[in-house]
Amino acid sequence: MEPGHDSDPPPRTRHPIARFVVWRVAVGIALLAGISVLVFIGTAALPGDAAAQILGRNAGSGALAILNRELGLNKPGPVRYWDWLTGLLHGSFGHSLVSGDPVSSLIGFRVVNTLILAGAAGLVLIPLAMVLGVIAGRRPGSAVDNVVASTSLAMIAAPEFIIGTLLIFFFAVKLGLLPAVSILAFGTNPLGDPAVLVLPLATLVIVGSAYIIRMVRAGVVEAMRSDYVQMARLNGIPERRVVVRYGLRNALAPTVQVIALTLQWLIGGLFVVETVFAYPGIGYELVESVIARDIPVVQAVAMLIAAFYIAINILADVAVVLLVPKLRTAA
Amino acid sequence: MTPRPILDVSGLCVRLANGTPVVEGVDLSLEPGRILGLVGESGSGKTTVALALLGYAKPGVRIAAGTVRVGDEQLVDRSERDLRRLRGVLVSYVPQDPGSALNPSARVGEQLADVLRTHSLPAGQDQITAALGRVQLPATREFIRRYPHQLSGGQQQRVAIATALVCGPSLVVMDEPTTGLDVVTQAGVLKEVQRLRRELGVAVVYVSHNLAVVQEVSDDVAVMYAGRIVETGPTAALLARPRHPYTRGLVASIPDFLERRQLRGISGVGVRIGAWPRGCAFAPRCEQKVPHCEENVPDLEAVPAGSLVRCTEWQRTPPVTSLPIQARLRQDAATPLLGIESLRAVHRSRAGDVVAVRDVSFSVAVGETVGLVGESGSGKTTIGRCIAGLHEPTAGSIKLNGGALAAQASKRPRAQRRQIQIVFQNPQDSLNPRRKILDEISRPARILRGLGRRAAEADAVNLLGQVQLPSSLAHRYPAELSGGERQRVAIARALAAGPSLLICDEITSALDVSVQATVLEVLRTLQAELGLSMLFISHDLAVVASMATRVLVLESGVVREQGDLERVLAAPQDQYTRRLITAAPRLTSDPSGLVPETAEASGPEHG
Amino acid sequence: MTAQATVAHGARGHLSFARTWSGGIGLVLTVSVLFIAIFGPFLAPHPPAALLGAPFQAPDSAFPLGTDILGRDVLSRVLCGGRTVVGYATIATAIAYVIGGSLGLIAGYTRSLVDPVVMRVMDVMLAFPPFLFLLVLTTGLGTGPYVLIIGVASIHVPGIVRIVRAATLEVKGRGFVEAAVARGERRSAVLRREIVPNITGTLVADAAPRLTISILLVASLNYLGLGLHPPAADWALMLSENRPGLTIQPWSVAVPGLLIVALTIGTNLLADAVARSRGTSIDRELIAR
Repeated sequence: MEPGHDSDPPPRTRHPIARFVVWRVAVGIALLAGISVLVFIGTAALPGDAAAQILGRNAGSGALAILNRELGLNKPGPVRYWDWLTGLLHGSFGHSLVSGDPVSSLIGFRVVNTLILAGAAGLVLIPLAMVLGVIAGRRPGSAVDNVVASTSLAMIAAPEFIIGTLLIFFFAVKLGLLPAVSILAFGTNPLGDPAVLVLPLATLVIVGSAYIIRMVRAGVVEAMRSDYVQMARLNGIPERRVVVRYGLRNALAPTVQVIALTLQWLIGGLFVVETVFAYPGIGYELVESVIARDIPVVQAVAMLIAAFYIAINILADVAVVLLVPKLRTAA
Repeated sequence: MTPRPILDVSGLCVRLANGTPVVEGVDLSLEPGRILGLVGESGSGKTTVALALLGYAKPGVRIAAGTVRVGDEQLVDRSERDLRRLRGVLVSYVPQDPGSALNPSARVGEQLADVLRTHSLPAGQDQITAALGRVQLPATREFIRRYPHQLSGGQQQRVAIATALVCGPSLVVMDEPTTGLDVVTQAGVLKEVQRLRRELGVAVVYVSHNLAVVQEVSDDVAVMYAGRIVETGPTAALLARPRHPYTRGLVASIPDFLERRQLRGISGVGVRIGAWPRGCAFAPRCEQKVPHCEENVPDLEAVPAGSLVRCTEWQRTPPVTSLPIQARLRQDAATPLLGIESLRAVHRSRAGDVVAVRDVSFSVAVGETVGLVGESGSGKTTIGRCIAGLHEPTAGSIKLNGGALAAQASKRPRAQRRQIQIVFQNPQDSLNPRRKILDEISRPARILRGLGRRAAEADAVNLLGQVQLPSSLAHRYPAELSGGERQRVAIARALAAGPSLLICDEITSALDVSVQATVLEVLRTLQAELGLSMLFISHDLAVVASMATRVLVLESGVVREQGDLERVLAAPQDQYTRRLITAAPRLTSDPSGLVPETAEASGPEHG
Repeated sequence: MTAQATVAHGARGHLSFARTWSGGIGLVLTVSVLFIAIFGPFLAPHPPAALLGAPFQAPDSAFPLGTDILGRDVLSRVLCGGRTVVGYATIATAIAYVIGGSLGLIAGYTRSLVDPVVMRVMDVMLAFPPFLFLLVLTTGLGTGPYVLIIGVASIHVPGIVRIVRAATLEVKGRGFVEAAVARGERRSAVLRREIVPNITGTLVADAAPRLTISILLVASLNYLGLGLHPPAADWALMLSENRPGLTIQPWSVAVPGLLIVALTIGTNLLADAVARSRGTSIDRELIAR
């Protein structure tokens, strides 16, 4: 090889992207499996007798024994885990301990409601926050930036239930414009009565957008401070082009990661927000089931949410690899 | 009639937002087709001047006064829009670190096309091909579609140069374009610059801290210190007989591998922005100063041979003398202190194992200095680390005084650990930021020589003196010391163990050249006093040559050549060695420029 | 120093965290609320659980903030209600640092088998949505303060392990650490003298946003009724209990709510100011979490 190393770096492997996607999905499935173990241990393998729960504290031991056998609770842990897992994969989520109904019927429409709320929240807050983040990042230290940066810094820390309660206070109680509680007739969905969506949506948007604003702003500031942006300016490239093709283009990858993080945060925020507004989604359902210790529901919803969470991770990782040339062309 | 200068800078002043001066009163002038070298160490303001030549100042800094004329255009006090129109077309810039200066999301072709289109020039396939061909890069479709991270360092730099030339500017400002490139690639780039000047008639301002490089490539040179030009004139004459004490100090501190001589660093520490002294900025460190030097800043005066000097005492500046290196201690070749036999080492990573050292054998005698020379990736650092017990070799043996050395330092007996000590490259990392200097230096004595705290600390103060640092430094923290001071403390710490072998791993590569000279001279003195053996590792042939008596040339883990330094440099057997020697820049290609002194006349100096 | 470095250095020097205006506000907010939380119980005029008046009475001289849903004095409950939020959050975070810090140090320094095993387990834990984890845990272990602390601590441990491991790895590669290793110093000595003192800065910067998150988690769980039980006086619990009286007697909801918000915003502003004084920003810390 030539001394001086002024020649090419080594060649790359074939189909790197496809292999990466397969790898990532495999890892995701493994993680999901690990989580399923944690969920199972967390709910069903720990002290807290489910049968006693259903029958009440005064149930006789005979009745308890019969129910235990029926629920399969007398089988050893790993066997129960396997039964549950295979059941899940076949789409059979078990029955609620509280109502006896199949879990799938309980959560089916709730999943739809939550998707509507989360989807709407995402659609509103992501573009809004990105625009604000870019505006602030373009002029660090300016008046606009100070306002945006400080407000978002404060909003990140505000608990969703307090913002929600505040909104209820002003808009529902004082002004009477919007319903304080999202009561829907069973079977209808929020699209039929959008008024119930507004306040929960607003709560999610206020707190979630703060997060994106901070991250996008940081990404833009860093890109605009980079050597290649300075070089572009020294080459005479007009500022507008510098911002878009040199700055923003290289801030895309972190932005995608932020969006993914926000979507994941949304999942967490949903529990509290739905509960504050009694919105009939799976977040509220989960909280109620936890309080009632309705284990099959908790398990099913937890796995659903975890699967969603991991799916977002995988999508984000793949998107980042596609967007960053350095990663895209690497083995 | 001389052509009108293409570049005319007058009274350039650049200041921080709070008014602190960074560059003060700089005048430059450059005729078309000529190359001006702009030289200075860190903090001199040379990069700030370079950017100002495009009317640019970094955030937080602004051009406060003066004029910069390039061609027919004034560049100070112009709107940003006007400046953008001119940049790239009238005057362009080649950055120091091309890896981070190229848009990571844009392919090679796009980087070039972008600049062309911005200046309303055709950006078709022909133009791109021509641009790449001009810097001898392949103009294949595959290459044009590459991203910056798919290029080697040298290729990246050529793309940067191609981008700077693509619109046909009259002036190109190159800011340390070869820093970070290995010496052979650097030689290639320098040839490129000269060729471009010949063929295209571009004027070039070449900024560098490396006098030897500047000497090879430039017609005129301007030396900067603390934001001002202290000397300027035709390169050959100026470097042969520098008149300003600072320039003279710089020239005297530069090692040369064919004319090996004692180096003399410049005492004191470089001046920081915001801390410029009253009067001449160099006065605190100057050996020729007189009282009025500290009152007023001198003006530039004309001097024979067409130079200008900013010093009232320039008449007294002695020529740079070439003191030959002290006779080395007689080596007892029969008793090798260190014996390396068929050493093999790998770097393990997730991507696989890379063989760093292949079958290397050599020995170091008592009192001898052996130099390891090679570019990055040659394995020289790995060899040093194996000897120090920080890296486990996969095969081969290392013997100290005939006895085998365990691979890991922790498994070696105390006596062996005492005998081998290592000093590293990066002055930022070499000392624990949370410990006082005294604490840091006394530690090896306490651990390896079993000294009590008092005794070790007394010893440490002693060592500070031996590395020519004031004992007041003992109670400071590393953050308060300069890079050169930190390296000397690292050396003192290594010596505190009372070693017989000192491994120096690129210890001066991160230091300014005048600071480097001081550190090297301190080391040489200590070695003579203590009878130390040294393994001196560096990529800089001149530095190794000034320290070692025997040398090994390494490439990709293999020893290409080894032997007596004189012999290897005078009559290299291996092709790689020859390439290295040819590519290494030298300060004086004209030996008559230096005035050699005889050994008797110099007398015994540093003991 | 170059011009650019001088500008950056100067800017950083002036931003020592108490001096930025946002850091100052954060400090004031945090200290005030902490004061109320810690010393409040000594200042409360009435026992927090005592039924003293009619439900949702408006504020008057006897009850400066009125009464709550059961007729208890809101002021007293507010003064006593901060300890749980602050206390549990702090304890949980501290426990997380002890466990996570040790694991991270070991994983980063020894690079033995411990490292990949620990990191894989952390990866699985990190893939678990945090709030979901708390909900699952309370299903199995029941509600109450101990579950709360264990749950919140477990959420922080993986992030802390990652950060401590990364910091350890970075410090480990520095010259002075290698010099110590080359001297043959024992592992424990190297960790204690060279590594740990040089990662404390990172830890402090990391601790601040984590504390904010802990407070948010504890408050949210208490609000949902999955942490503390009535009749405990806790700010978040008060918010959920007294919601029916929002129209009549908003003070019972507003005051504890405002205090929680003030605390979390305050700690967040402080966290950002601390991060900025080290040249980084809270956003990067948040992503690392």
